Formats: sequence, structure tokens, C-alpha cells
Amino acid sequence: MEIFLLFISAIFVNNILLAQYLGNCPYLGCSKEKGVAIGMGAAVIFVTVLATVFTYLFQQYVMVPFQLEYLQTIFFILIIAALVQFVEMFLKKMVPPLYKSLGIFLPLITTNCAVLGVAILVHRLEFDLWTSFLYSIAASAGFLLAIVLMAGIRERLALCRIPRSMQGIPNGLIMAGIMSLSFLAFKGMI
Amino acid sequence: MATVMQEFTKGLWKELPPFRLVLGLCPTLAVTTNAENGLGMGLAVIFVLALSNVLISLVRNIIPKKVRIVCFIAIAASLVVAVEMLMQAYAYGLYQQLGIFVPLIVVNCIILGRAEAFAGKNPPLASLADGLGMGLGFTFSLTFLGGIREILGVGEIFGVGLFGPSFHPFTFMVQAPGAFVCLGLILAGMNYLSVWQAKRAGVQLDPHFDAGCSGCGACKMMDQIAAQKKLERMNPAQG
Repeated sequence: MEIFLLFISAIFVNNILLAQYLGNCPYLGCSKEKGVAIGMGAAVIFVTVLATVFTYLFQQYVMVPFQLEYLQTIFFILIIAALVQFVEMFLKKMVPPLYKSLGIFLPLITTNCAVLGVAILVHRLEFDLWTSFLYSIAASAGFLLAIVLMAGIRERLALCRIPRSMQGIPNGLIMAGIMSLSFLAFKGMI
Repeated sequence: MATVMQEFTKGLWKELPPFRLVLGLCPTLAVTTNAENGLGMGLAVIFVLALSNVLISLVRNIIPKKVRIVCFIAIAASLVVAVEMLMQAYAYGLYQQLGIFVPLIVVNCIILGRAEAFAGKNPPLASLADGLGMGLGFTFSLTFLGGIREILGVGEIFGVGLFGPSFHPFTFMVQAPGAFVCLGLILAGMNYLSVWQAKRAGVQLDPHFDAGCSGCGACKMMDQIAAQKKLERMNPAQG
């Protein structure tokens, strides 16, 4: 039951994009087509889960014993950057079909604040390893949901006449606001 | 000297980071629930951006091209750790208010965007001017957005009440949807202004004009990917 609540809260109530404002650049940049959005979302899930587990273990077994917690930011971002590189090489060599669908998105993910954000958040929330793992899945699934919804709306909007100065990002932001407003309604669920 | 001055002033209006270049949206949306938080975040970004620009510009000829992004991130991360410690020591309340967005300055596209677009190609003095100007522009924008949201959402500015007890606050503005809508409207206003200016000057604007995040290049890459996928779908035989 607790796990179910964690998922509902991370996907709907505290959606990482619409309520916590993490990962806006890919949200506005890669949401022009549903296929691209799904690829980006899947890659984010993959990297976020790996990065959260790795940084958690690193924090527990290296940083805490050596009292290096104050260097959290620098270690985490370097771990994530290295991890993304390794994942890219590994997929290219071992799982070419997966690389073909996710590989192109990987370099962009290093600087996606959702990944580093989740890795830091699980420490601020004081989760244990298992809960962190579940939370990272749920949070990035929320990202996937939001970006795919947005891409669906945008594909339709491409056929509409929009005032020139509202085209592109301003319009995307206002749509995000309306989506965020509807997600706000999920607050009553918990 | 004149060019250095130019680099400084361009960040203040012509290339205002969040409103014109559309860089660094996450903190822009997240910390602007009031003007004070916006100002504090802006100051932290000025510090990191100015110093990272200078350092990157100093080492720009030493780092190999292939690993430059990782080097930029490492430099920015060290500076962010310094900012975190300074804030914990001297502005603990603000540090707690800004939450995870202080460490997230590392992955703010404004830092990497300026490093890629400017500091990696220009001498230290010009880079310092660019960093300071961009940082100041960012601070102004965040304080402005925070001010609007605070006035409408709480009826205060910098914590000082404005309207008296009869004012009914527009709570929507301090919540997440308000941030998105408010920023969207400001960006639309800026676009409208540049279209109007171009019309008055008699210049034809590019018909595919889009306030693009020119710094990070992610969107451009995504468009290429989308085009490529479309091609693949049209000629499945080749794939």
C-alpha cells in the first residue's frame, strides 16, 4: 500500500515536471513529436534509475565513511556524466537495438536537471535504497507521462492558427501551466 | 574597452537570459514564489557564472575538444559547492528556501550555454563581462517574475504588505501553474515587442521565428532526430 501511495504521489501529485519544475529544457525542446517524446522519456527513466542507485551506493559506502558529504554535488554530477558515457558505450556494443532507439538521447541527459534532481532529492527525503529505487522509477515515469501528453497536444496544435508572438515556447509554457493546474487537482487524492 | 562594455550590456536587455535566450528555465520557474528568493538565486548564479566564465576562458586552449563538456561541468560543480558552503554559512534561511535548486545550478543551461557559446572562444576579460552581464540580467528577470507573483499571489513585495486587509490574494500565482502561465505571458510579451520593433525599423523577421534556447542546442538536435525518423518511416527499406 505504501508503495502504491509513493507511486501515485510521485507520478501525479508531485509530478517532477509540473509540480517540482525539474527537466524543463527537454520538456519544451523535445515535445514536438510523440515518437521523440517517448524515446526521450524512456531514456530518462533508464538513466535516472541507474544514476539514483549508483549515487546512493556511492554516498553510502564512499562519501559517508570518508566524510565527504559536502562534495555531494560535484561527485554526483561526475558520476552521472561518467555513467551516461558508459551506458552509451555498453548499449552500443551489447544491445544495438536498444542503442538505436535510446542512444541519441543519452548525451543530452547528462545536463537534464531531473536526473541530478532525483539523485539529490532521495537524500533530502532520507529514503532507503529500496524506496529510492522505487521513487526514481515513479518520478521518471511522471516525466514520461508529462512529456508524452505535451507532445500529443503539440501535434494537434501544429494545425491551429496561433498569434505569432505566442508561437513556440510561450505557448508551450502556458499549456504546461494548464496541465499543471489539472495535476494540482490530484492533491486531494492523498 | 568598448567591446567589453558591449559584452556586459548585452545580457541586460538584448540577450536577457531567461526571457530572450530562454536559458535556465527550471530555477526561473521554481524559486520565484517571491522577489527575495528570485534575488538570492540570481546572486548565486552571478557568482558561479562570472567565475566559471573566467576559469573556462583561461583553460579554453588547454582542454581537448572532446572532453570539454565534462571539464565545464567539473568547473561549474566546484564553484557551486563553494556557493553552497557560503550560503550555509551566511544565508542559511535562503539556502533552505531554495532547496535543491542550489546544487542544481550545475546543470542550469545558462552556465553551460555561456561556456559553449562565449567563454570557450573568448579572452578572460570579455568572458567576465559576459558572465556578469548575463548574471545581472538573470537576477533582474528572476526578481521581476518573483515580484509579479508575490504581488498578485500574496499581496506583498519583499515581504512588505501593499494592499491592506481587503485584498484577496490570487493564490494561483504562487503555485506551480501560476509560474508557467506567468513566464509564458512574459515571453509572449517580449516576442511581441521584438516583432513590433522589427516592423517599425522596417526589417523583415524570419518567418520561422522562434524564441529558441540557442545556447544549449538540444532543440536543434531533436528536430534533426525527428526529421531523420520521418525519413526512416518513409523509406523503411533502407532501415
